[in-house]
Amino acid sequence: MKHIRNFSIIAHIDHGKSTLADRLIQYTNLVDERQFRDQILDTMDIERERGITIKSQTIDLPYMDNDGREFELNLIDTPGHVDFSYEVSRALASCEGVLLLVDASQGVEAQTLANLYAAMEHDLVIIPVINKIDLPVADIERVKLEIDHELGLDPDSAILCSAKEGTGIEDIFAAITGRIPPPAGDPEKPLSALIFDAHYDPFRGTIVSCRLFDGTVRPGDMIRLMSNGTTYKVEEVGIFHLAREQRKELTAGMVGYIIAGIKTVSDTRIGDTITLDANPAPAPLPGFKEVKPVVFSSIYPIASDDYQSLLEALEKYKLNDASLIYQKDSSAALGQGFRCGFLGLLHLEIVQERLEREFDQSIIMTAPSVQYRFILTDGDVIVVDNPLYYPDPAKIKASEEPFIRAAILVPERYVGAVMKLCMDRRGVNSHLNYPTPGRVEVTFDLPLAEIIFDFYDKLKSITQGYGSFDYEITDYRESDLVRLDILVNGEKVDALSILVHRDRARDRAVTICERLKEEIPRQQFKIAIQGAIGGKIIARSTVSAFRKDVTAKCYGGDITRKRKLLEKQKKGKRRMRMVGNVEIPQSAFMAALKTDNE
Amino acid sequence: MNNKDLPGLYVHVPFCKTKCPYCDFYSITDPSLIQSWLDGIEKEALIYNREWLPAFDTLYIGGGTPSILDEYGLGRLMDILRNSFSFAPDTEVTIEVNPDDITASRLACYEALGINRLSIGVQSLQEAELRFLQRRHTAIAAERAIGLVQSSGFRNFGVDLMYGFHGQTRKSWTDTLERVLSWGPAHLSCYQLTLSDGTPFGRMVSEGTLKRATEEQERQFFIHTSHFLQDHGFIHYEVSNFAKGEEYFSCHNLKYWQRAPYLGLGPGAHSFRDNARWWNCRSVRDYCRLLLEGKRPVAGQERLSPEQVRLEMLLLGFRTARGVDMDDIVDQPFNGEVLARLTSSGIVRVEENRVSPTLNGYLIADRLPLMFFSLISFFIKVFY
Ligand SMILES: Nc1nc2c(ncn2[C@@H]2O[C@H](COP(=O)(O)OP(=O)(O)O)[C@@H](O)[C@H]2O)c(=O)[nH]1
Ligand code: SF4
Ligand SMILES: [Mg+2]
Repeated sequence: MKHIRNFSIIAHIDHGKSTLADRLIQYTNLVDERQFRDQILDTMDIERERGITIKSQTIDLPYMDNDGREFELNLIDTPGHVDFSYEVSRALASCEGVLLLVDASQGVEAQTLANLYAAMEHDLVIIPVINKIDLPVADIERVKLEIDHELGLDPDSAILCSAKEGTGIEDIFAAITGRIPPPAGDPEKPLSALIFDAHYDPFRGTIVSCRLFDGTVRPGDMIRLMSNGTTYKVEEVGIFHLAREQRKELTAGMVGYIIAGIKTVSDTRIGDTITLDANPAPAPLPGFKEVKPVVFSSIYPIASDDYQSLLEALEKYKLNDASLIYQKDSSAALGQGFRCGFLGLLHLEIVQERLEREFDQSIIMTAPSVQYRFILTDGDVIVVDNPLYYPDPAKIKASEEPFIRAAILVPERYVGAVMKLCMDRRGVNSHLNYPTPGRVEVTFDLPLAEIIFDFYDKLKSITQGYGSFDYEITDYRESDLVRLDILVNGEKVDALSILVHRDRARDRAVTICERLKEEIPRQQFKIAIQGAIGGKIIARSTVSAFRKDVTAKCYGGDITRKRKLLEKQKKGKRRMRMVGNVEIPQSAFMAALKTDNE
Repeated sequence: MNNKDLPGLYVHVPFCKTKCPYCDFYSITDPSLIQSWLDGIEKEALIYNREWLPAFDTLYIGGGTPSILDEYGLGRLMDILRNSFSFAPDTEVTIEVNPDDITASRLACYEALGINRLSIGVQSLQEAELRFLQRRHTAIAAERAIGLVQSSGFRNFGVDLMYGFHGQTRKSWTDTLERVLSWGPAHLSCYQLTLSDGTPFGRMVSEGTLKRATEEQERQFFIHTSHFLQDHGFIHYEVSNFAKGEEYFSCHNLKYWQRAPYLGLGPGAHSFRDNARWWNCRSVRDYCRLLLEGKRPVAGQERLSPEQVRLEMLLLGFRTARGVDMDDIVDQPFNGEVLARLTSSGIVRVEENRVSPTLNGYLIADRLPLMFFSLISFFIKVFY
């Protein structure tokens, strides 16, 4: 009988999660050297390019210890971004232990803490691993101190490792097998399996990744999803090596997959419990919740006749990403499109990039918005995530916006700058906590709207990369909101409107006007850009007309070169929309979001 | 003169004595390859002589620096062309010459060989500017060369000039123009200095050691040049080209702009016929080798889609005073609206069913075509 351990690696971004996963996989000889590539679990192009993990991946590592005991070590790789924190929490719920990775040169950062708290919530065994000890700037003693003071873990239990060079890997295997308990659970009890992820396969439909707590599941069983009672007949079960490996059954304690003719991933809910229809578990596993989008933006095709093709692309995309929601939307400036909800800004960017790259769509996205609440004079409460539906100001009794609690970890010398940043972003209720000498944990209540754009970039830059940040959404609070409209040559471009706090409206208007001035290419006439609230202009800028662009002669009949140049520009124009008589490139819509002044 | 249906012939002479720091045309400074190049031209002409039966009515010997060829070399070139192709009676035969290379006997030879048009690369008459451009000749040498041209039989000569570089003043440029006009040229080409990547000047720009003229300076030079030359009776018939009368338009270059067929011989030369374009490899060695192996020295070719044809018609048409046929523009939805806007803002004018650029239109000639393109599938939206 094989021994099972279920574990995950958690870390602040870039501390070496993917690299360590690579080493563990290589150690088990699961992949032969020739097929191996770095960051092997990051299979999507976009993951590999950006160096981030978006989708969870699971892999069962076969391992034999010195006593000849055979193990099946299930590594559940989790996404490394707050946008996906619910997915992470479900992955953690499927484990008995985690490797908590800390970069020896960076030390503990905000997501190290956030991840630690999440792991503690699930009572997991935590194995601290100090990574990158090969770096000349590694400061192991300091990191041990932080592990002690900030994480409250025993620094002597930390394993020293260089994922890059492969040092400490055996110690890690020993700790996984020795310190993490085997999964409990009774294969004879009614089935109760936690869905922690789902992938779409064009041939097989939805592949559900799950952790069995009790019971057994086999092909032919009728399973039931406990959140909504739908039932499916199991076609196949198995475990993940690098590819799927079919098994006769999955039993309590195991991590694996179930294929059961589920059409799209949207038919499953991460965190839901699978049980047997004939012999159901008495109650679902705890912790299930519906993930709700927090950031909203409209997507329009650049050419309005591509609406249908965009719809089809969204439908296909959605097969594999249940967290994206969309509905029809239309704008006077941009025509027919879709209002979409995302888990966060990274999720939004991922959707945008994948629609463009994998589905070949040319799209314009509007400024992301959070969900606001308006209490009207007649007592109605409406929720608005689209500036188009901003109610008549005369009928608004009160408005509210979502707030977060942000935790920022910085070296002491940056506290002043961080406080200023947070206050500029309407932060309130600050607290300072000094876990280790020289380091400060700053907590703040901030409007979600203020952090979704470039807060993190800003934080990184004012702390020279030493600041890290994590947040959770807390509540709605009253707020004085207005709609800022943008006019181009006197015509309102509805797709550029944003909802914003009154105190911030002028600043935002000035920045947006300046940004648009840079982004909108000069045309043969002057273009006036204005920001307005109601009818009142509060900011303006001008794009001067271009004067000249005739370039070199067509030499010796080489027309091709010139034409190709134009063809390239013409393609660039595919990313522009005519608004009135002004061509506005897609980048202008995104640039309008940045709050930076430089 | 210019017959749109008859093809033009171009021969590329890829040799220069020295390489100018702004130049990104293909040319080499090793004259030892001239013989092999001539052999190559001979072979290439043989390939095409059956396919290009109708007579050419223009011949343009360009480069590089064609005047680098001595009487023997040029004589052989002309023999090759005459033996392989037929030419219409009044064929315009142009050669590009460097002032340094002009001698009385050379001019006599040109005449004897049937060359009837000279394009003289003067560039500037300011010594400092010529040094900056690293040209071989001085202003005095240019004046002397022109003197020789005037006392020869050539009446149809044109002068190439450059302007719009940093440090040049309106005064120095006007002085150059005035002195050139006093020679009585039939044709002027005034090119703005282009600082292309990959040239020494281009590198200096990216290193910050050479400044570009500002767009506003370039614009002012362009407008000034046009006004000045028009005041002196020249027709601004193409973005960079001026002629004393219609009869002095460069018939050969008109073929490029009017999409007439042309055959280019020599390394890097371009050809066009029946909506197909092809071009030769740029390296002299490869060119010669391919021909020795009995192959066409073609490096690339393309057949134009209807969309590309349309883009070319606009791209080329808007570079010339003749402009574009109205029917080629308004065949697309919304282009009428665009046209109305461009007319009212003084970018183009409409006359006799042709849309031609104004001076302000010339300034943005490279952008004009796209204005009639972007909108095919995108709509002008009128709000509220
Ligand atoms: N020097 C050194 N670099 C490492 C080590 N582990 C990871 N890295 C580098 O750190 C960066 C981030 O690693 P990655 O595994 O992508 O981090 P993740 O974001 O946590 O998945 C990459 O450039 C890795 O090559 C290590 O042990 N030593
Ligand atoms: S002479 Fe003409 S072709 Fe030769 S290098 Fe100078 S600019 Fe270029
Ligand atoms: Mg990673």
